[in-house]
Amino acid sequence: MTLTTKRAVDQTTARRRIRSPRSPASRLGTLLKYTALVFASLCAIVPIVSIVMLAFKTNEEYRDTGPLDAPGNWFNLENFATAFTQGGMITGFLNTGIILVVSVTGTILIGTMAAYALDRFRFRGRVLVLGLFLLATLVPAVTTQVATFQVISALDLFNTRGAAILLFMGTDIIAIYIFLQFMQSIPVSLDEAAMLDGASRWTIYWRIILPLLKPAIATVVIIKGIAVYNEFYIPFLYMPSRDLGVISTSLFRFTGPFGAQWEVIAAGTLLVIIPTLVAFLFLQRFIYNGLTSGATK
Amino acid sequence: MTTVIRSPKLPARGSRRAGIFGGRMTPWLFLVVPLAFLIVLTYIPVANMFWYSVTSWDGLDPDKEFVGLGNYVEIITRPEIFQVFFVSLYYLVGAIAQLVLALFFATLLSFKTRFRNLFKGIIFFPYLINGVAIGLMFLYFFRPDGTLDAILGSLGVSDTPQWLGDSSVVNSSLAATSVWRYMGLNFVLFLGAIQSVPEEQYEAADIDGANSWHKFRFIILPSIRRILGLSFILAIAGALSAFEMPYIMTGGANGSETFVIQTVDTAFRFAKVGLASAMAVVLLAIVLIITAVQRMIFPDEKADEKAGTV
Repeated sequence: MTLTTKRAVDQTTARRRIRSPRSPASRLGTLLKYTALVFASLCAIVPIVSIVMLAFKTNEEYRDTGPLDAPGNWFNLENFATAFTQGGMITGFLNTGIILVVSVTGTILIGTMAAYALDRFRFRGRVLVLGLFLLATLVPAVTTQVATFQVISALDLFNTRGAAILLFMGTDIIAIYIFLQFMQSIPVSLDEAAMLDGASRWTIYWRIILPLLKPAIATVVIIKGIAVYNEFYIPFLYMPSRDLGVISTSLFRFTGPFGAQWEVIAAGTLLVIIPTLVAFLFLQRFIYNGLTSGATK
Repeated sequence: MTTVIRSPKLPARGSRRAGIFGGRMTPWLFLVVPLAFLIVLTYIPVANMFWYSVTSWDGLDPDKEFVGLGNYVEIITRPEIFQVFFVSLYYLVGAIAQLVLALFFATLLSFKTRFRNLFKGIIFFPYLINGVAIGLMFLYFFRPDGTLDAILGSLGVSDTPQWLGDSSVVNSSLAATSVWRYMGLNFVLFLGAIQSVPEEQYEAADIDGANSWHKFRFIILPSIRRILGLSFILAIAGALSAFEMPYIMTGGANGSETFVIQTVDTAFRFAKVGLASAMAVVLLAIVLIITAVQRMIFPDEKADEKAGTV
């Protein structure tokens, strides 16, 4: 048995070796493939690079040099300082930070509690609740803003951070599904053993289930974190006050006062992209996995 | 032995540890907060939306005047409202191009490639960038004498249109920006699906003398059929509800107004909450129909599985 598989493997490697002295056709194919990949990479990078170069230019340079020319001084940080101090970017990062931490934490608690109740209990109305959560995934959020707005103002949350936090926490059904999926792989015997030791349902949830859900929590933190950091319309609609600007809305306001100073707008844009880039470089693997599980489950 | 182990389906028997987490109400105690959020932030708005859609409410007036189907009639009869759906066609074409490109590059990278992770990262990264940052970046990219004009100029093309100012070009520019932004996600999802195919299948194909096209046609394509179908439906829904890129970049000017921009402007700028709600209901209905069609064409094995086990 093993002998035959080994032989099969030998055969494949042998065949590959026979083929590997490259024929002109396959060499052309390889050339085309790398040309396509390099071209795609250029398309992805060029808009970003031109903004990077612009961010280091002075206002005269911006007016006199082309978008593809490098700045004279790569250490000219003046535009970043202007963006930070006059563009409200500090407020933006602060507000985004607060909203991010609170709403991600809330999403995790709400999602895990819902998943725990739905996976570990059999009770009357369970199928109905599950159906309600499922049906809600079909409603595109942007269509209901017209009516959601009235709910938020009725709750007296208009123009507060609470509005964005509440909306981010309350509308994440994908997170519940990720938790539900993962919880099925945690053996029920653990719950039973704890129950025999006298643990209450809350203790089981808090001490056993929640810690074991760590990988799923990491996934949700990443998906949710990216979504909240990038969200534009909810803060734009519900938090119009300048002091409540998040990074998206603060950056959006750049177009007014800095309309003639594209180098400052570029610096602000870059300030928003840098945290994303750093997070991506460090968390690549988790981001890929998180998005894959978030999209297909 | 079996009598000792208490099934979790049964409520705890011992009154010693019953407390508030012992009885039949326990699951509801865990569900009360999630359900409250779900009802207050999803179901109440949807219900209200249907109600507002048959009134002429302005968003402030304490009285809401019932107008029946008047708003719906207005949507159908006033051509400038329904017309904006034509703008969606640009995004639809963009979305299809996006899927084709994503599939192409995912297939390329599924074969042995030097710097695979580097290419993957570069092609994917735009998806992670903040939408406003992308909008501003492309405002600069498309502006007169901006990055695009400079690139074309260096290639000898000097007679370029106003990419965002000309109403015959603006929607193509905006749709292209959307492709730039979202292609990376499709690409990574396709690549993930392709790479989940066991290596032996390719080896077996090698033994059978299959070339790259055969591998694509008979191994790769079937393995991503499901995710491809899902992405296609999401792309259509996304094209119909295109909002962020045009709203940030042009605000809907020069004929780039989409249905969602028109809806939110009707509600929040022109204070016609009734009419806007009717428009939102129309869009919701269209999206639901598309989703239903998707369920019919691609019966979701996973959902069945879920219904069976959860």
